[in-house]
Amino acid sequence: MNAPPPRLPKLTVNGCDHAVAAPPDARLSTVLRDRLGLTGTKLGCDAGDCGACTVLVDGAQACACLVPLAQAEGVAVLTVEGLAALPMGMALQSAFQALGAAQCGYCTPGMLMAAMALLQAVPRPDEAQVMAALGGVLCRCTGYRKIIEAVMAAHRFLEAPAAVPPAAGAAVGSRMARADGWPKLDGTERYGADSAPADALWLRPIRSPHARARFTLGDMAPLVARHPGLHRVLTAADVPGRNGYGIYPDIKDQPVFAEGLVRYRGDMVCALVGEREALDAIRTDELPLTWEVLPPLADPLAALAEGAPPLHQRWLDNVLTTGRVVQGDAAAALAASAHVAEGAWQTSFVEHAYIEPEAGWAQRIGDRIEVHASTQAPYMDLEEVAGVLGLPHESVRIVPTACGGGFGGKLDVAVQPMLAIAAWLLRRPVRATWSRAESMASSTKRHPARITARAGCDAEGRLTALEFEGIYDTGAYASWGPTVAGRVPAHSTGPYRVPHVRSRARAVLTNHPPSGAFRGFGVPQAAIAQEALWDRLADAAGIDRLEFRHINALRAGDSTATGQVITHSAGLAACLEALRPRWTALRAEAATANAGGGPLRHGVGIACMWYGIGNTGMSNPSTMRVTLEPGGRPTFHNGAVDIGQGSTTVLLQIAADALGLPANAFALVLGDTDLTADAGKTSASRQTFVSGRAAMEAGLALRDAILLRANAGPEARLALADGVLMVDGRPLHLDTPLEGTGRFDPPTTPLDANGQGVPYATYGFAAQIAALAVDTELGIVHLQRIVAAHDVGRAINPLLVEGQIEGGIAQGIGLALMEEYLPGRTENLHDYLIPTIGDVPVIETILIEDPEPLGPYGAKGIGEPALVPTAPAIFSAIRDATGAEITRVPALPHRILEALPR
Amino acid sequence: MAAYRRPESLAEALALLAEAPAPPLLLAGGTDLYPARAAAEAWGRMESRPVLDLSAIRETAGMSDAGDHTRIGARVTWAALREAPLPPWFDALRSAATRVGGAQVQNRATLVGNLCNASPAADGVPPLLALDAAIELASRRGTRRLPLGEFLAGNRRTALAPDEIATAVLVPHAAPGARAGFEKLGARSYLVISIVMAAAVIELAEGRIARARISVGACSPVALRLAGLETELRGMTVAEAPAVLRADHLAALSPIDDVRATASYRRQAAQVLLRRLLTRLAAPAIREAA
Ligand SMILES: Cc1cc2nc3c(=O)[nH]c(=O)nc-3n(C[C@H](O)[C@H](O)[C@H](O)COP(=O)(O)OP(=O)(O)OC[C@H]3O[C@@H](n4cnc5c(N)ncnc54)[C@H](O)[C@@H]3O)c2cc1C
Ligand code: FES
Ligand code: FES
Repeated sequence: MNAPPPRLPKLTVNGCDHAVAAPPDARLSTVLRDRLGLTGTKLGCDAGDCGACTVLVDGAQACACLVPLAQAEGVAVLTVEGLAALPMGMALQSAFQALGAAQCGYCTPGMLMAAMALLQAVPRPDEAQVMAALGGVLCRCTGYRKIIEAVMAAHRFLEAPAAVPPAAGAAVGSRMARADGWPKLDGTERYGADSAPADALWLRPIRSPHARARFTLGDMAPLVARHPGLHRVLTAADVPGRNGYGIYPDIKDQPVFAEGLVRYRGDMVCALVGEREALDAIRTDELPLTWEVLPPLADPLAALAEGAPPLHQRWLDNVLTTGRVVQGDAAAALAASAHVAEGAWQTSFVEHAYIEPEAGWAQRIGDRIEVHASTQAPYMDLEEVAGVLGLPHESVRIVPTACGGGFGGKLDVAVQPMLAIAAWLLRRPVRATWSRAESMASSTKRHPARITARAGCDAEGRLTALEFEGIYDTGAYASWGPTVAGRVPAHSTGPYRVPHVRSRARAVLTNHPPSGAFRGFGVPQAAIAQEALWDRLADAAGIDRLEFRHINALRAGDSTATGQVITHSAGLAACLEALRPRWTALRAEAATANAGGGPLRHGVGIACMWYGIGNTGMSNPSTMRVTLEPGGRPTFHNGAVDIGQGSTTVLLQIAADALGLPANAFALVLGDTDLTADAGKTSASRQTFVSGRAAMEAGLALRDAILLRANAGPEARLALADGVLMVDGRPLHLDTPLEGTGRFDPPTTPLDANGQGVPYATYGFAAQIAALAVDTELGIVHLQRIVAAHDVGRAINPLLVEGQIEGGIAQGIGLALMEEYLPGRTENLHDYLIPTIGDVPVIETILIEDPEPLGPYGAKGIGEPALVPTAPAIFSAIRDATGAEITRVPALPHRILEALPR
Repeated sequence: MAAYRRPESLAEALALLAEAPAPPLLLAGGTDLYPARAAAEAWGRMESRPVLDLSAIRETAGMSDAGDHTRIGARVTWAALREAPLPPWFDALRSAATRVGGAQVQNRATLVGNLCNASPAADGVPPLLALDAAIELASRRGTRRLPLGEFLAGNRRTALAPDEIATAVLVPHAAPGARAGFEKLGARSYLVISIVMAAAVIELAEGRIARARISVGACSPVALRLAGLETELRGMTVAEAPAVLRADHLAALSPIDDVRATASYRRQAAQVLLRRLLTRLAAPAIREAA
């Protein structure tokens, strides 16, 4: 066979021809990104599962990660970068922007391309057509509803005039489109994998395939010699500073590179650094790596058993932390209760499944290190990088890239420490991107929980007592385990008055992936147990399930199980009242549907939640800054990372109204630790409340400075005209820059040994209704509708709040019905299932605004509250429909069938 | 063979294959191969075999009516099947075509690739088993036809010889007016691998079932035809068919516990799906929505 003459494959992308020097079986996705620089096409799995890489090949949607370069030759390829040139493409992008269809934006290029294929054939599609066309693209942020809306509305934007931005003073409360929205729609946004310098080397981790094993590494010199592009192999011996990281300042238990012992499948053994092609060619079995596999502790009960080997010498009983809340005498109160209900529940590991895998790059500049990565917590990254390099904090700069979803999973460092070490030692930029399998194996998860609980009420349905015991599988390293163990008991009563409480949660170490922070920090698991008990008590007391919750709802003036008196902004009763008419109507519909008989049984469920905003009984300040240069625009220095939830927009709205200039007048400086102050992490639903208050203070401080300089009164109107600041119509010429700084730390007190104290300054409240049908022959749930009422204090941006609620509900649906991470078995997005566009039903959102005096313009948080009540509401509805008590989560079809009463 | 070849004729492809020192990887739509590659590479197992891309071979494009059977070329994608004006006995296969992966996968993945990949959960297999389809295999030694049930040798195993390429699926015509349907059960709406699926093709003569062909997938290493049930249904009316079904008709299934479901659930769900399928096919003149 004769070799054909060498010939460069030719590609036609967005109407331009390119000759590409890449192997013919290279994935089209990598060719577009790495050879043509078209990084708008995103990668989330390289397996066809996520659809982020969707492009049009000859007009038809295709996953670019599954198309060999050679098969794309000679046909037109259209990517997100080419969309704006088409009128319908531009209209679609405008619809996404105006209707809030992009949050983190990582799935957006794929969504847009899939939608474009549809719109070219059907300019005014119906909902079913949109679902069928977009069914192959996963979104983890939005809950899909706004995406459907935007695709259906795209044709209206063909001629629609551009939206008018809110005027000065009118930003708060408006449905302003995302301030950072457009780059997510035209493919120019730069995520962790999109921006490394061209000469960067690559880092490829070598991870343990075993859950527990000892290993030895031999001489690497022959390997390096055999592969000229391999520059170096990094091991524990190469770590310049402390070979450990972790969330808590006193618990740095997770090694960057393991020291002869691995504790979970995915633990780091060593890392290869070199040219991409060279690294890609190295088989793991070429490494001088020998294993002695040990039996793993694969269950928290095994880890708690007498004689179980300790994961770490520091915790000989494998109990990482115990959280406790004790008030009154629960046992006695239960004995005296008219009705008592009890049960046991077990939940599974849940994977964050952000569509953007961990990625970033680092470079050494003199004696400083710079790390650019996808993160939720730049200042925490800074501390970790300084720690592992043994450098002072001033020597580290963290520049967050755009973040393609976090949900808590990007609070822990991933690529950051090892990239920093590699770039530091090699004095070259070094980049890395985890594969989906690697991301899933190595990253933190939601804690699987085993909960037993008992609760009682009196004859009138008033709750008397709760006993709660939670065992949370915290995996191999501490991560956020202590936070979860602390937060759960404080929330275990749910948003209700329960006078007698004995509640304990333990985080137990096992040879599982580290469990960390995931939207709700353990509270969603606890809510499943607590809400199931309330349903049973309501039935026992003969009280409607909604009314039972209304009777017991915490109201302003009530005291919680931690002894805190809630003084303001407790809108649960208002949420339930708002839901009442929908509850009645949906129950009537279900009854009618059930009257006909048949295997499909209809049911309606309800659940409530509360959620403490910010850290539990710990300081968590934020600092924001607004500056004004002479002759310039105001600049908002905002260190809070927007992971898609919208803080860049919301904080801007707040700062703008506080200052008194329109939001679109501002220049934004975001995230970079050299340029912005510490805003704290994007977690615990705290950015709107904590950083929002700081932003308000900063805006007000700058306003004061301006008014002082202009000698104007507090009601003065500010305006910008041709770059000149006008105060009450008169120009104010500055000779020096002005600045306003705001800092806020929510007032809390630490919890004592009995969990008494003021753990949070404010709480979000919510109630959700789920309406569904259960196929009682197959155990399949057909969700019909979710109605969500949330007390957010004040909706700074209702469009974004709805987006958070819809996205949280989608994750709640996944938690309830399909998501179960099994180490080594569901390490991809086809065995690990998250909801698709067809799995999220119609969502009705009702916003309750019971203002929080401490919050900016009355606002609290919404990020996590959205998810907490969904799963319990679904289980409540399944029970209503069929009598099945769901105690093993997720409620997979076979589990539902087993739970059906016979 | 060079690392990658994409021949345009079958003869060239067969020659490359016959002369290759080691068997190359045969590539069609790539929707099974590339994910498998990603999974292996994630744990450091690199694929280094040369690739023989079959997607440009002229002879295997398109579908045609060959008198007593329909010939579906190896390059035919799920999307093409979904859109094709095929006779009603293809309704089960067409329904499967709308449920495989998402639009991206349907646009590029081939039916023949689905068969050659030989997954126990391959959605193409039950409908084709119920049609008594055969697969055509070509090599420089000649061409042979194997019934699909013989071609599929087990979980991810086929009777394909190292020098062979599958060139087509051959589907014998069924009686005019035959009814066919497909049921797929998964744990979410789109992009889901089947927990169980069932397919049926029913031919009628004078208001009675002349021939029923019924298969169940994802409950055994290779999807199975239910011969006992088929025999019992002969001579009945379609309306009587659902009530005939009993658990022992599914005795030959050997479902397993896996991440998607338990074995006992699969067995039970298979029976429910089949009963619903037979009930649906009993309703006259309702063609499977494509
Ligand atoms: C996101 C996603 C979802 C999916 N969902 C489903 C689903 O719901 N149901 C389902 O059944 N499958 C599903 N699949 C699997 C896959 O899409 C199908 O099996 C598809 O039909 C395979 O066809 P292909 O052309 O892409 O095959 P390829 O990947 O190119 O090849 C598959 C196998 O067949 C061999 N092969 C291909 N053509 C020939 C030939 N002509 N001769 C000999 N050997 C050949 C290859 O060597 C390889 O072993 C899914 C895949 C993805 C990525
Ligand atoms: S990257 Fe292609 S589908 Fe996920
Ligand atoms: S917006 Fe869809 S994944 Fe983030």
